[in-house]
Amino acid sequence: MNPLTESSANSPAGSLFDEDYVIHQLKHYLPAQSPLKDFIHHNTLHAFQNQKFHDGIRNAAEIFGYKVSLRLDEYRAAHAKGQIRKDVLERVIDGQMDGIGRAEWLFRLLEKPYLHNPKPLVGRLRNVWRTSYHIDMDTLVHPIFFRILCSYLDQGISIWDFPAQESTFLGSIRSLERNAFTSFFKTKRARNLLKDGKCSISDLLAILVGQDQSMYGQYLFDLEFAHQGWSGLVVQVEDHPETLLDYKPISLHDIIVLELLLEIDAMDHQFGKGWKPLETMAQGQREDLFADRPVTEIMQVMAVWQEVFEWSYYDSILAAIKYCDKAVDEISADRRFQAMFCIDDRECSIRRHLESEAPDCETYGTAGFFGVEFYFQPEGGKFYTKLCPAPVTPKYLVKEFGSQSRRKKDLHLSKRSHSLGQGWIISQTLGFWSALRLFAQIARPSIGPAMTYAFEHHDRAASLTIENSDPSHTENGLQVGFSIMEMVDRVEGLLRSIGLIDHFAPIVYVVGHGSSSVNNPHYAAYDCGACSGRPGSVNARVISHMANHEAVREALAERGIVIPVHTRFVGGLHDTCRDEVEFFDEDALSPQLRAAHAENTKMFERALDANAKERSRRLELVDSHKKAFEVHQRVKSRSVSLFEPRPELNHATNALCVVGRRSLTRRLFLDRRSFMNSYNYQQDPEGKHLFGIMKAVAPVCGGINLEYYFSRVDNQKLGAGSKLPHNVMGLIGVANGADGDLRPGLPSQMIEVHDPVRLLVVVEHFPNVVLNTLQQHAETYEWFLNEWVHLVVYHPTDGSLHQFKDGRFVAYEPLCDHVDTIQQILPLLEEESDNLPVYQLLSK
Amino acid sequence: MILLLHIIVLIPLLGFVVSLLVPKSNERWLSRTAVATFGLQLLSTWVLVGFWVVNDFVILDVKDLVLFETPVYQYFIDLHFDEITAVYAIVGSFLSFLVAIYSRVYMHRESGFKRFFNTIQLLFVGYTLIIFSGNLETLFIGWEFLGISSFLLIAFYRNRYLPVRNAFKVYSLYRLGDVGLILAMWLSHHLFHENITFKELSDPLFVSEHLHSHTLMGVVISLMILLAAAVKSAQLPFSSWLPRAMEGPTPSSAIFYGSLSVHLGVFILLRTFPFWEHQLSVRILIGVLGLTTSVLASGMARVQSAVKSQIAYASIAQIGLIFIEVAMGWEILALVHFAGNAFLRTYQLLVSPSVVSYLIREQFYNFEPRSRTPEDSLPKRIMYSLYMLCLKEWGLDQLIHRIYREPLKRLGRQFRFMNRRNIWYFLLPSMALGMVMLLLEDKIPGIARPYLPAAFALVGLIVVLRAFVERRSATMGWYLVMASHFWVALAISFNEHFKVSHTILYLSGILVSGVVGIICLQRLRRLEQHVNLDTHQGHSYEHDGLALVFLLACLGMTGFPITPSFIGEDLIFSHIHENQIALAAFCAVALIIDGLAVVRIYTKIFMGTHIKGYHESAYRSS
Repeated sequence: MNPLTESSANSPAGSLFDEDYVIHQLKHYLPAQSPLKDFIHHNTLHAFQNQKFHDGIRNAAEIFGYKVSLRLDEYRAAHAKGQIRKDVLERVIDGQMDGIGRAEWLFRLLEKPYLHNPKPLVGRLRNVWRTSYHIDMDTLVHPIFFRILCSYLDQGISIWDFPAQESTFLGSIRSLERNAFTSFFKTKRARNLLKDGKCSISDLLAILVGQDQSMYGQYLFDLEFAHQGWSGLVVQVEDHPETLLDYKPISLHDIIVLELLLEIDAMDHQFGKGWKPLETMAQGQREDLFADRPVTEIMQVMAVWQEVFEWSYYDSILAAIKYCDKAVDEISADRRFQAMFCIDDRECSIRRHLESEAPDCETYGTAGFFGVEFYFQPEGGKFYTKLCPAPVTPKYLVKEFGSQSRRKKDLHLSKRSHSLGQGWIISQTLGFWSALRLFAQIARPSIGPAMTYAFEHHDRAASLTIENSDPSHTENGLQVGFSIMEMVDRVEGLLRSIGLIDHFAPIVYVVGHGSSSVNNPHYAAYDCGACSGRPGSVNARVISHMANHEAVREALAERGIVIPVHTRFVGGLHDTCRDEVEFFDEDALSPQLRAAHAENTKMFERALDANAKERSRRLELVDSHKKAFEVHQRVKSRSVSLFEPRPELNHATNALCVVGRRSLTRRLFLDRRSFMNSYNYQQDPEGKHLFGIMKAVAPVCGGINLEYYFSRVDNQKLGAGSKLPHNVMGLIGVANGADGDLRPGLPSQMIEVHDPVRLLVVVEHFPNVVLNTLQQHAETYEWFLNEWVHLVVYHPTDGSLHQFKDGRFVAYEPLCDHVDTIQQILPLLEEESDNLPVYQLLSK
Repeated sequence: MILLLHIIVLIPLLGFVVSLLVPKSNERWLSRTAVATFGLQLLSTWVLVGFWVVNDFVILDVKDLVLFETPVYQYFIDLHFDEITAVYAIVGSFLSFLVAIYSRVYMHRESGFKRFFNTIQLLFVGYTLIIFSGNLETLFIGWEFLGISSFLLIAFYRNRYLPVRNAFKVYSLYRLGDVGLILAMWLSHHLFHENITFKELSDPLFVSEHLHSHTLMGVVISLMILLAAAVKSAQLPFSSWLPRAMEGPTPSSAIFYGSLSVHLGVFILLRTFPFWEHQLSVRILIGVLGLTTSVLASGMARVQSAVKSQIAYASIAQIGLIFIEVAMGWEILALVHFAGNAFLRTYQLLVSPSVVSYLIREQFYNFEPRSRTPEDSLPKRIMYSLYMLCLKEWGLDQLIHRIYREPLKRLGRQFRFMNRRNIWYFLLPSMALGMVMLLLEDKIPGIARPYLPAAFALVGLIVVLRAFVERRSATMGWYLVMASHFWVALAISFNEHFKVSHTILYLSGILVSGVVGIICLQRLRRLEQHVNLDTHQGHSYEHDGLALVFLLACLGMTGFPITPSFIGEDLIFSHIHENQIALAAFCAVALIIDGLAVVRIYTKIFMGTHIKGYHESAYRSS
């Protein structure tokens, strides 16, 4: 709990500064966002996850100055509007064990004025430069420092690369300084320190801060958190160098050294040699960043409001799950088709629409890499792309061959026009073409090479090396393709985890998802998180191929899963932005199935129209009243419009994750707010498959949820701010303007409609089984124990609800005693753009 | 055609006024107003160009409104239309129209939607006035509109630190260009003994006749014009402002800093070409400046790793080439080059966010570790040095700071001994003394008399310098700026016995704005405790309306064309004789700093990170 002071105990004898320890701590607390192309959602405040949620965010707020909940007036407004329920408010207050009493609590929550003007602890020590030395260190150092960093890490914007390429960052800078007539430094001392290599962090801090080592840790925290965007990125690149295609060795240590040198340089330049170190002026500013601090009243009030805000929503959902009609009309023995989608909340509504178009179909949800983990190499690609959840390191490689597609070029995005001579010609020729292009793009947006097109992830006409017959066939240490037994394991794992082991329909669709957009540096955040921020098309094709494989089916039958000979698995990809679906390997279907497939495709198309229409209710500039088909066209055109900063709203409004049978939710209108993972407790009495599911649900869905939560409550410090002024830096991040810090987190356009509530995970199983399962994996268990996600178990036999609280389950009785039924949801969808309450839909 | 010319100039103004009246929340009508304005402008431009072509490319020149007149002085609006105007008008209205449509969706739900559309309309008012201007005075009005709206667009995200800082940087350079223009107007007034129109300038005989006896003066005028042009078009040594101007929403950066605004330096050179056509030294200078800029800027473009900065430098390099073309007298080529470059850079900036997915895909398929660049063939020492120099932007940003802003500050700090407590003991008696001297002018010994105007102007300069470095009291800073105007007026009154009405005309606007400003500051102080110049306070977050009123007061104080003081400014200069270089210099520098001091007060109080922390606010480094 007290890293910086703890360090003094562990550090070498006599020294109060343990460099390794402080760097380790810094790495822990800095934002963990990878470069843009690998954007993966995660808990923004993961560093505090070892504490209870409210303690963690309170500490984060006090130390780093983050805003961690809505503003007080926002809660009060939500209460006045009725979005926060009075009965929930009273229940939560009564649950506070502090003897304050309901009346006082109500006064505090609803009326008492609070002057809340917190000043973060981090930054106070370094602020002494400004207050006592009247020198604006950040303004002097940041611009050149960011520029050097960005040029060094640049992945391909600059035409002339960073010329020195030594084995370390500092080495490269040193090489430049040694071999050039000019220098990044304005004065001699700093330059010589670098050239001579006498620049350990302690040495430099001794010059800047002084001999008092007890301040060093705090100073380094101040230093790095003055530009946490760049520092965080450097840590990611240091720990995962493969995230840059153009490899660049770098480390937090090296950038600290460079920045300290630049600071010494700035001081020397300003004051000559005779300045006194910081310690002489810093007496009042020494802070123990991680010390325990008392909980203030306003903090308590905010925590209670957050609980009330969340449970106002949860309570209605839990009541709906408890009281809704679960006796879904027993689907007849011959199901029309089955379709697997990703667990993603955006697939929540398409499943509902599909089921409504084809009442005799079944849909399933599971993590969108469909249990097959591998690297993918498209034909002609010089790198591998990882297609599985980020923490997994695959041992397999799937290669594409026989591709016919050519990538289109766009001269506007090429660098040629930036050189003097070619630019002279280009601006007078292509320049006029640009005028026409711009006009055309604005008048009639269309698909072009500048956009990220989900269906271009791989070439559907090409083939894939899925099967491996010779284990020695490897490339760069990866086995090319899967052996039969490896395939069997994966198919079995997938089918058992979602509970699809019998009653197979003639066609089983496996539909991954991706998203198309243009002018969108955050494109990777829109794709499938379970495929490391890529579309899931290849995974869908691969698992379908495996499940169709004769040898695999034979082995599966031996293990008790008999797939009828005529059943075929068909892979597909759903573009969640354009609401289009494409299927793969359709030619392999028998003529009979092909006819059925054509019929199904029509149903998919109608469902997609309806889905686009439902989504459009959140988009103010689209008229949702029009016919579904027309609305769909508008939605498609948004995805290719240069001027559309919201091609889709992505995971905004996500709040729920249901792990259980479809019968639990098939009748419910969940407003696209729920992740859904199919799971049948009857087939898994010991929770073996549940373990795998929960291990993914917590970090993936919880990570998405908390990233949206924190980007929403503090879009400036924890989010990326408005994306409208963003400037792409080195292809790895975005900044505002020319010389700002990188902006990790989500831009405001992605989160503005999001209600910051934690994820509520509802699992259908027996409480003791769930508890046993969770406790097997400490990391997963921490998410639930510390309440970074809520967990409620739905008892499958007696229908009771059990809330997980402080390590055990307690019965939860919803305050709501029914679920509203609605005849027609459509009129409501056309009129309302805000979150809708949960409804039970009448079956057709 | 004449009527159409008038209409074209009025359309943007009308659009701007309408836009001001639309309620803030009404996105639809705000954007419609802008689209309609630009659309109408585009249409009428085409019609005008059509007529013009049919009428054998006749050059139009209309003497419009006479704003102020004395027997020896006339301030009038003059409109002009020829092939240069035609090209700038077509490109400008076409791009503005498209960008307005673009922004309608792009800016949707952004806070400041109205502010954005108002500002781009204001900027377009300035642009239109400039390109249709028929004399330097008209052009200058447009120039001022353009300057302030640029400042507002760059600082569009006004509650973040960097946009505000960069906006101020750019504004301070623009101010330098403004003074170049004022001095050019002053000198040309003395050269031609009237406020000359561009049409008259295009008469070679007329020009050479006047220049014949005043070669040096002619060169100085050209240099002042070149100063204004170089600042606006981000040529050396001012280049580093352009990438830093890319702080606003992408479309505004694209259209104004990517294309229209930066090419106005080229415009003013094309416009005044007949004037300096026969000054070989000036032509060579322009050519060399363009060449140096294009070489250095393309080097800087090559090392940029931020996409917008890269486009900015690439654009500067092309503008450098256009400068050469202008210097060579290749007008048509320069116009074609301008149009192409403007279109290209606008489009490139608009699609710049796409660069991530596009280039990463390219890299994925075509990557070669360390692809060779031409620079690799250079000796290592030279290559490294060049790279570092380009990365450091050849120290241009620091250079401007060191030779421009820093000396002003250092000078101002010399007068810190005047502080809140004692300032009035300096100011009031000295002002009284000045007044007495003015009244008893006859009693002053003849030897001292010629020095007095310059001395008074110097006092005005010192006072405003002191205002510029004031760290605490905004009110005091504000009073000091007012006082400095008083001193300048006093100096001029002393210089020449002209009508008191001129002084009143000059001071009237200042006085009204001054009082409004004081009221705003007092009111803000009643509402908030923290009102000082120590740090940015961002009070526009809560006091939006007050910020606007105070901004208007600031504009009035800086002689912006919304009060009579604007004409007064020009008038005042017309009373400075051509040989009174010290007086002219003091007045000009006082004008620069006056603008800086006032805008600094506005920025510190109403912009930057909001001082109250109950809501989310960005890091200083973003």
